[in-house]
Amino acid sequence: MEKNIVLFMKNISKEFPGVRALSHVDFKLRKGEIHALMGENGAGKSTLIKVLTGVYEFESGDIHMDGCKEKIINHSPQDAQKNGISTVYQEVNLCPNLTVAENLFIGREPRKYGMIDWKTMNKKSEELLKDLDIDVSPMRMLEECSLAIQQMIAIARAVDMKCKVLILDEPTSSLDEEEVGKLFVLMRRLKSEGVGIIFVTHFLEQVYEVCDRITVLRNGELVGEFEVSKLPRVMLVAKMMGKDFDDLADIKSDRKIKQQAVEPVIEAEGVSHRGTIKPFDFTINKGEVVGLTGLLGSGRSELVRAIYGADKAETGTVKVLGKEVKINTPLDAMKAGMAYLPEDRKRDGILSDLSVRENIIIAMQAKRGLFKPMSRKEMEEAADQFIDILQIKTASRETPIKSLSGGNQQKVIIGRWLLTNPQYLILDEPTRGIDIGTKTEIQKLVLKLADEGKAVTFISSEVEEMLRTCSRMAVLRDGKKVGEITGEDLTQEKIMETIAGGDRADE
Amino acid sequence: MNKQVEKTKFDMRKATGHQLFMPIICLIVVLLINVLETPDFFKISMNNGVLYGYLVDVVNRASELVIVAIGMTLVTAASGGQDISVGATMAVAGAVCCQILSGGQVTTNEFMNPMWIAIIVAIVCAAFCGAFNGFLVARLNIQPMVATLILFTAGRGIAQLVTKGQITYVRVETYKVMGGYIGSCPIPTPIFFAIAAVIIVYLVLKKTALGLYIESVGINGSASRLVGLNSSMIKFLTYVICGILAGVAGIVASSRIYSADANNIGLNLEMDAILAVALGGNLLSGGKFSLMGSVIGAYTIQALTTTLYAMNVSADQLPVYKAIVVIFIVVLQSPVFKKYVKGLKIKRQTAKSQAVEGGN
Repeated sequence: MEKNIVLFMKNISKEFPGVRALSHVDFKLRKGEIHALMGENGAGKSTLIKVLTGVYEFESGDIHMDGCKEKIINHSPQDAQKNGISTVYQEVNLCPNLTVAENLFIGREPRKYGMIDWKTMNKKSEELLKDLDIDVSPMRMLEECSLAIQQMIAIARAVDMKCKVLILDEPTSSLDEEEVGKLFVLMRRLKSEGVGIIFVTHFLEQVYEVCDRITVLRNGELVGEFEVSKLPRVMLVAKMMGKDFDDLADIKSDRKIKQQAVEPVIEAEGVSHRGTIKPFDFTINKGEVVGLTGLLGSGRSELVRAIYGADKAETGTVKVLGKEVKINTPLDAMKAGMAYLPEDRKRDGILSDLSVRENIIIAMQAKRGLFKPMSRKEMEEAADQFIDILQIKTASRETPIKSLSGGNQQKVIIGRWLLTNPQYLILDEPTRGIDIGTKTEIQKLVLKLADEGKAVTFISSEVEEMLRTCSRMAVLRDGKKVGEITGEDLTQEKIMETIAGGDRADE
Repeated sequence: MNKQVEKTKFDMRKATGHQLFMPIICLIVVLLINVLETPDFFKISMNNGVLYGYLVDVVNRASELVIVAIGMTLVTAASGGQDISVGATMAVAGAVCCQILSGGQVTTNEFMNPMWIAIIVAIVCAAFCGAFNGFLVARLNIQPMVATLILFTAGRGIAQLVTKGQITYVRVETYKVMGGYIGSCPIPTPIFFAIAAVIIVYLVLKKTALGLYIESVGINGSASRLVGLNSSMIKFLTYVICGILAGVAGIVASSRIYSADANNIGLNLEMDAILAVALGGNLLSGGKFSLMGSVIGAYTIQALTTTLYAMNVSADQLPVYKAIVVIFIVVLQSPVFKKYVKGLKIKRQTAKSQAVEGGN
């Protein structure tokens, strides 16, 4: 064993019913390195992490850690923590109804005479937060903090537990650029202190910015371990996908100029929702892909939620194909031909215990109503159709959706909405936490749907992705729609300028 | 040959993985104990033209529990909580029914009002109790246990108010039919009520999309709302259905004793019903559910009670023994125990494969 190796996983295999999730995978982590773990959906990244942290049991293989002669087996995340392995998951696993300080010290509260010593706890928390440059009061309730702050707190908690191995599972997918920067500063500092960091992400730029080494997995098998400086991006993508990477850029090409006859599908006028989105006008035409952009909390999601009736609009009118529609509930919107893929897949999207089949047909069934149930055959046909069209990787159509990988879950939700044959699709962060291959597929799908005459609203934190797919973009700032950009102006610089508020004169 | 062995093995695994596997095993174990302890437990004979025996008694006595447990299953699945007022709702339904039949008298030897009116009004009252619970839970978002605690405590008081604090007797043969026998049919009527309730609810769930809606709402309320389901309406509906079923059970129970005993009809039945749901392998936190599991659970509980009686355990000691057996059953079904068994299996398999390798 090399001298400075802090973690060594050897020959790990793990099987799920019907699927081999990991087969003979090796993974090495050195002291003071940031090691990216990459691969497409279903490549086995999450499984490997969960095996390491004791969430899953594994069939064969050894895990060795620096300082332990014996091989270690973690039976639970608590075990892993004791062995010096801390994890921060993609979805923050903290208690929203407790304060920041309580979350930092939960399970290891400082005590005095057997009682929790609140004073010390709050003081320690404050020091810790200040040390890591996280701007939040320890007395605040966690649920009042933004998702980004919650993520930082989860990391702070892991850092404070003096871990030797820190696992960051998609930590940046809900952070904006500035916050990502802060996180990187933090990661580099931990690295210099000798912590080994495993960084799971889909963002190539971030890997090249901060990582030292990359381990690539594909279909549960190890492709290899590479040094970042010696592996060009194109090669990395090729290794992840197992084929030559047809550049995302050529999706666009013939698309931009093609303008159909203008026929508005949705016309929203003066729509607002108290506290989240100020009155806005929004029109989208047939065959158009309109992007919504803005910083976190700028009201991107809130705007579409108000149109869809997820948050009932308090003012304004919505016209669908020129006819005014009263939208009180999502069902009203669905009946008017809308579909809404929510931002938070786990919280608002999937029905975790239900099968892929049931997850696909549920919207259609809800639209048809209680007394017109779909027959078993109809359901199976619909499910098979979309498993086939969207190439959903699942053991069978009766597999519970929770055992699918994130990207495949997202495809199921997309299938759910396509089945209702909507005229207007709202896709809120459809590509979050998804690998490049599926991202490309989804972007291509969006363009295809637009070509078929559907109107699509596309929201993404990745501006480049939106530039590729959208023909027009609306920019939001602080709950207000501040501008629209089309045609020649549709460039990253112009968007940034508008987001930042450089065009104040226009208002 | 080898292939065949593998196939049976695979089927075995499928069978043990089925949700109903453990509940059925539990029921069988309870019945097996009887084979050893009370050999005549399974003897069914004809006495005075009706079926007679412990087994008939189990199926007969379990009827109200089965009916209530179905309602409890739906409420549990949709709202992730339980309706603890079902016993009280039964008492209300029984009281209303008897009071209408007796025309306000304490005891009667003939119907003062037609029986169908009494039954319909009683069930409407029970449905109203369910609707009240449903309103609190679905509309006002009160925790089910707290919301139904109101009727749990107040329900029997309401029943007492209806009967003016008396036990109202309806000494009419036609009324006894529901808890006794129809004409010369040897099978007790409550069994038919239980079977009918199971079939009707099953058909409602299958012939409409209600079953899917309930599971969907129970698993993820906010996602269900976004796909166009009216989550609170569906929760409300399950409470109304639960109330109606409790009403039916209440009428059967009052017919058995041809009276409305507000203090004793359905006493402690809510706890047995919750237990039946749990024994059926259903999660008390809601989501996916199995109606048949709860039905099997209900029969298991009644079989247990009757078994203990057959073994001459006195009524006041009964809860202790029942508790011991329940602990046993619940442990058998717990995820930790299942995981342990699975771990043993894997160990045995690896040992086997190692032995094979060694042999080579």
